[in-house]
Amino acid sequence: MGDFLTAFLDNMPDVRSGLWTTLQATLYGAALAFVLSFLLGLMSGSRLLPVRGVSRVFVEFFRGTSLYVQLFWLYYVLPTINTDYEIEPLLCGVLAFGMNYGAYGSEVVRGALGAVPKAQREAAIALNMTPFQRLRRVVLPQAWPQMIPPFANLLIQLLKCTPLLWLISVQDLMTVMEQLRDRTGETVPAYLTLLVIFFVLAYALTMLMNMLEAAAKARLGQHTSARGLLRSRSGQIAGVDR
Amino acid sequence: MTFDWSWERAQEVLPLLLEGFKITLLATVFGIALAAALGLAVAVAGRAPSRLVRAPVRAVTEFVRSTPLVVQLVFAVALFPGTDPLYVGTAVLGIHYAGYTSEVYRAGIDAVPRGQWEACTALSMSGRRTWQAVILPQAIRNVLPALGNYAISMFKETPFLAIITVSEMVRQAREYGAEHFYYTEAFTLAGLIFLAASYPTSLLVRSLEKRLGH
Repeated sequence: MGDFLTAFLDNMPDVRSGLWTTLQATLYGAALAFVLSFLLGLMSGSRLLPVRGVSRVFVEFFRGTSLYVQLFWLYYVLPTINTDYEIEPLLCGVLAFGMNYGAYGSEVVRGALGAVPKAQREAAIALNMTPFQRLRRVVLPQAWPQMIPPFANLLIQLLKCTPLLWLISVQDLMTVMEQLRDRTGETVPAYLTLLVIFFVLAYALTMLMNMLEAAAKARLGQHTSARGLLRSRSGQIAGVDR
Repeated sequence: MTFDWSWERAQEVLPLLLEGFKITLLATVFGIALAAALGLAVAVAGRAPSRLVRAPVRAVTEFVRSTPLVVQLVFAVALFPGTDPLYVGTAVLGIHYAGYTSEVYRAGIDAVPRGQWEACTALSMSGRRTWQAVILPQAIRNVLPALGNYAISMFKETPFLAIITVSEMVRQAREYGAEHFYYTEAFTLAGLIFLAASYPTSLLVRSLEKRLGH
């Protein structure tokens, strides 16, 4: 235990940069996933069959082929298609996480948009609002608070996938801890520390998303107690169970 | 820009992938069976009358659920060095997913109307009989589609076992790629096999959902 603790403290800069890489992968991946979720989710509600079709195929493809396979495909196969330029391993990770979780997220968006009562859309049409106004002023404000809990679940899932970066030689938190474990030979403290750090990160992200949800609900005139902010997530994989 | 695809290599690697696919299926079936059983036990324990039982059960499941499967796998293998990684990996998959399934059961149990519990008390049924004859039959019916969805998502996470040297499908693909320096066919086919297996299954689960009236 002592050896590991000393090594951990001595290599604090490495640990911190690993942590930063893990956070970067999570945040950039989540940002890409967020954009794709809305793009594909809105496309799936289109009246045009080709638009719906493209969205459906993309979603089913990225949900159906395993994230692990997608990551390795980007890392090993993509460079052989176009040898002119190198793709940064971290970018591979961000792309794979973003596209995979974007596919799951689009189902969340689709579900939440569909759950807004029909009368609300009809009223907006009766008021002569343009499609964009209907979405921006009526549908989205009501659908948004419903999207946040499943988005929070997906965000935690994404965070928990980042150790895969270790396999494509990114210096993430997992890689740094593996190196420390190798050097000290202290397996149990190394992995326990890693698990605890991930647990803390997951809890912090959950709390942030709870605050976001409370803010979104407050805008609709519903208020959340302080206790509600501290609750943990329901633990279901969003987008899978619908 | 060329997509370097060779049918010969595809034909060469396919039998290896299917060999690995058997392991993938095996791990999924045993993993989800363990997750289904353990999740139920955790959900019931989470409703124990004593706080001394409830609190630790909840803390442990929350921890297992919030930490990465990859780290849990390598940790478990380091803890049990003599055991076959396939067994360790399947057990870890089952335990990790029990964290999710227990929530599904919990929701299913919560959905059983209060009157059912009260009726059991009125008939002075024992705790065991209340669970066995009244609560669980109603709760479990509701959770079947959700369990199906977790089985599919576990199936797609079995490649994680490759990290701990289990020779499932993706590991076969990697080994073939490392040996021949051609990854294209192996990984593309592995992805397509996943898609071909998981998409019809998810349609099946969706129709089950509709039939149970969700």
